[in-house]
Amino acid sequence: MDSLISAASVIAAGLSVGLAAIGPGIGQGQAASSAVEAIARQPETENSVRGTLLLSLAFMEALTIYGLVVALSVLFANPFTS
Amino acid sequence: MYLFNFTNFSLLLANEVSVGVHYYWDIAGISVHGQVFIVIWFVVILLLIFSFLGTSKLERIPTKLQSFTENLITYTTDIAKDQIGESLYRPWIPFISTLFFFILLCNWSGALIPWKFLELPQGELAAPTNDINTTIALSLLVSIFYFSGGLKKKGIGYFKRYVQPTPILLPINILEDFTKPLSLSFRLFGNILADELTVNVLTILVPLFIPLPIMILGLFASTVQALIFSTLAAAYIAEAVE
Repeated sequence: MDSLISAASVIAAGLSVGLAAIGPGIGQGQAASSAVEAIARQPETENSVRGTLLLSLAFMEALTIYGLVVALSVLFANPFTS
Repeated sequence: MYLFNFTNFSLLLANEVSVGVHYYWDIAGISVHGQVFIVIWFVVILLLIFSFLGTSKLERIPTKLQSFTENLITYTTDIAKDQIGESLYRPWIPFISTLFFFILLCNWSGALIPWKFLELPQGELAAPTNDINTTIALSLLVSIFYFSGGLKKKGIGYFKRYVQPTPILLPINILEDFTKPLSLSFRLFGNILADELTVNVLTILVPLFIPLPIMILGLFASTVQALIFSTLAAAYIAEAVE
């Protein structure tokens, strides 16, 4: 395997996960803070708020996971190496 | 058919983490990933035994196993009812429930059962959902089901929804049919693979006690992923049949 390609792949893999984590991180923080606010305002709705929060957090998580899939395919199934 | 073939080269980190090493079976000229099949059969047999035992002797006053089964089915019925709506949800309960339980047990079987004691010639036994072929098969199944459900409900008028707000949105509406299974399969695959890789890497670094919280987090995350997959499948079906 060409050393230049492997170096570029490693950097690209790190960047793709790191950059993909920024946006969902901000989004998850906002969602969680709003959920905490909602629970503080109406503690009796805690269960339904928790369910909705978990579901939407998992949706945001998926965006980071797409970056991770790109990183994994660059590392383990790189199309430019063989 | 391999959409992602993780075999071009595989990185073996300390001889433990192996992505892309498969135990190939050649069946009628098609090579399949055997380690996935073994675990899937295990899961299927487990589900069959459980559902047979849970429903074989039904009684008016339920035994422990029967009430446990009833609770589980109520839970998945609620998933379908919340998404599809009171009037249409009943025929979809089996499909949504099957998806939920199958994915849940697939995810958990990778973490809870010590497969590492069983040595394969190549590759290792793990959760079947960390192979992208499994998740793509599941999400294509969802696509087929919502198409057929919509066609059965509305006939040829089903295709009217492609030009629904304005005909300008036609390409985006068509594209949506491809992005739905893509995002479904990548979400499940990425989450499960990420869990297993994290646990594997941590186990190499610190073999005792430290990976335990990550494993528990992984169990929780895989439950949420099963819930999300079935919820989204129900939501797509609801969009098509309503």
